[in-house]
Amino acid sequence: MGGYVFPNEIHVNWGLFIVLYPYITGLVAGAFIVSSLYHVFGVSDLKPVSRLSLVSALAFLFGAPVPLLLHLGQPLRAFNIMFTPHLTSAMAGFGYIYSFYMIICLLEAWFMFRKDLVIFSQKKKGFAKRFYSLLTLGAKDISPEALHTDHKVVSVLAVVGIPSACFLHGYVGFIFGSIKANPWWSTPLMPVIFLLSAIVSGIALQILVYSVSCKVRKVEIDIPCLVAMNKYLWTFLIFATTLELLEILHMGYEGKSEWDMVRGLITQGIPVSYLGVQMGLGILTPLVLLPFGRAKRRSDGVKKTLTVACGILVLIGVLAMRFNVVIGGQLISKSMAGYAQFHWTLLSDEGVIPTLGILAFPVVMTLVLVRILPPWLEERKVQIADSKVTPLSARWELKGSGK
Amino acid sequence: MTKDKLSRRDFLVSAAKVLAAGVVAPAGGLAAAQAVLAEGKNAIQEMPVQQLWAGKEWGFVVDTQKCIGCARCVKACKLENKVPLDEEVFRTWVERYLVFTDDAGDEEVRTDSPNGGLDFKQLDVAPDKQFFVPKLCNQCHNPPCVQVCPVGATYRTGDGVVLVDRKRCIGCRYCIQACPYGARFLHPVLKVADKCTWCYHRISHGMQPACVEVCPVGARKFGNLLDSNSQVAVLKKKARIRVLKPDMGTKPNVYYIDLDEVVE
Repeated sequence: MGGYVFPNEIHVNWGLFIVLYPYITGLVAGAFIVSSLYHVFGVSDLKPVSRLSLVSALAFLFGAPVPLLLHLGQPLRAFNIMFTPHLTSAMAGFGYIYSFYMIICLLEAWFMFRKDLVIFSQKKKGFAKRFYSLLTLGAKDISPEALHTDHKVVSVLAVVGIPSACFLHGYVGFIFGSIKANPWWSTPLMPVIFLLSAIVSGIALQILVYSVSCKVRKVEIDIPCLVAMNKYLWTFLIFATTLELLEILHMGYEGKSEWDMVRGLITQGIPVSYLGVQMGLGILTPLVLLPFGRAKRRSDGVKKTLTVACGILVLIGVLAMRFNVVIGGQLISKSMAGYAQFHWTLLSDEGVIPTLGILAFPVVMTLVLVRILPPWLEERKVQIADSKVTPLSARWELKGSGK
Repeated sequence: MTKDKLSRRDFLVSAAKVLAAGVVAPAGGLAAAQAVLAEGKNAIQEMPVQQLWAGKEWGFVVDTQKCIGCARCVKACKLENKVPLDEEVFRTWVERYLVFTDDAGDEEVRTDSPNGGLDFKQLDVAPDKQFFVPKLCNQCHNPPCVQVCPVGATYRTGDGVVLVDRKRCIGCRYCIQACPYGARFLHPVLKVADKCTWCYHRISHGMQPACVEVCPVGARKFGNLLDSNSQVAVLKKKARIRVLKPDMGTKPNVYYIDLDEVVE
């Protein structure tokens, strides 16, 4: 490490906030795809998480622009990106793509939860009644025909949502992949790599959110659902890993002049976060353990433990991957003669504490949204008999409402 | 005696007059000069850009054989363009290359630019080859920074200079990532992207950029490439020149004379 770095490269310009941007956006895209696996592709095992994943996708979508906004040198001018977009810039699309996707998600959530909103607006009292009444936007018809229409609209939105989610995150990959000045970023594979790692992280997030929600609500985890997520996580992890390795192998095999710099980055600059956390903990370990977590002869306890543990590892691994791309890429000096240093700080300059705060925001948003729009379905039948806590869903007749 | 006294008084009076003239006249001159400049400034600001740009394509030539690494250009640039002196950000900087060749013929290149070249340390070893390379924005014909700016805050003028509109820049720093030459930075005070403008405020008035003005050895040359008699046009035509990172497809407009191949 060391060597010569251009004087203007001594400070790493895109810090931890920009690491969070592709991470959170990826979780959104991934969570949405999980939801769509049920609604569009009819993976019925995933029904217990289909509403939950849409709600968490929405919550994380609210969190996605936060790190970007706080990163800007002139945050008050943020909306200029939509008012005066410069069309040759990949980044100029952000406002439009994000807004479009937000509209799709909000619409899908509204149609999906409309029946619940109407029921709440009738059964609740006081402020809650008025609040839910407002959310229904006056559409209070819950006749079977109306609900059938809702269901059809949700299906259409889910179909439109899949390419939108892919575009939202593939586009983030393009922001990095199109920077020819940076050999660690510049590859046409980048959008696909970003998209696949996004799906991987989104499934992992759903495994975690679903397990935690079951634990908190004291209901049994639906094992077929967990096994299905385990299977999808494993499959997409294989695709993502293949492309990530392909990129490195291709660069190394060609051995063009920039390979020396990339090799130095991997072996000396970011060996712990790249080889250790991203590759070892985030990819290799779950690739090996996930099949054990869904093997028929394993007990439910083992399945839960292994699948949830792998989910956590994948979430950490993908965060490390975002770090390795965003920060790692900036460590390679454009002088091609040395490496910049990344300085960890606690508070100032996009430090660790504000970064964790931003990361916590979508988690808190998820907690808030599941209170407003309870996504739970039919678990009463698997409810632990001696549980003294009544799940939210049990208070109202929600059975079968969540198509 | 009286004559002496008178003559002393005469002397004092004359001295006072001279002194007064020495103080007042330059002050008046300065005021007059400022008035002329302000008039010129207004004239330039009111001039349609087509007229300002007509017949001009600015170009920059760096003669790496001449640079002595004094870094006066670095300091002049910072002062002229109000770039904070104590921050590690530079519109222009000077790199020092030391090349050591061992008996087997293997080369080792040591490059440095401490504080942009303002703080070069004396050498305790003698390299086999050494030279300085001044760096600045290449004002590319095909600038990636302009391509990626999401709000169009950075643009290329008709006379060939890439500028940043400080009132539009949102400080996203995408342009800094896109520049292959490390020529851009976030202004530490203004929090917008900043870069060399070839002292656009000076060249529009017919002056030379500050770095060119102060270079004691003529290593930096600036002029109009469309004027076939200008020094830069002649050098671009006749000297052995190279641009930085030609494979990036950026088509730089800073031309280096006798640039060593180790320079990126």
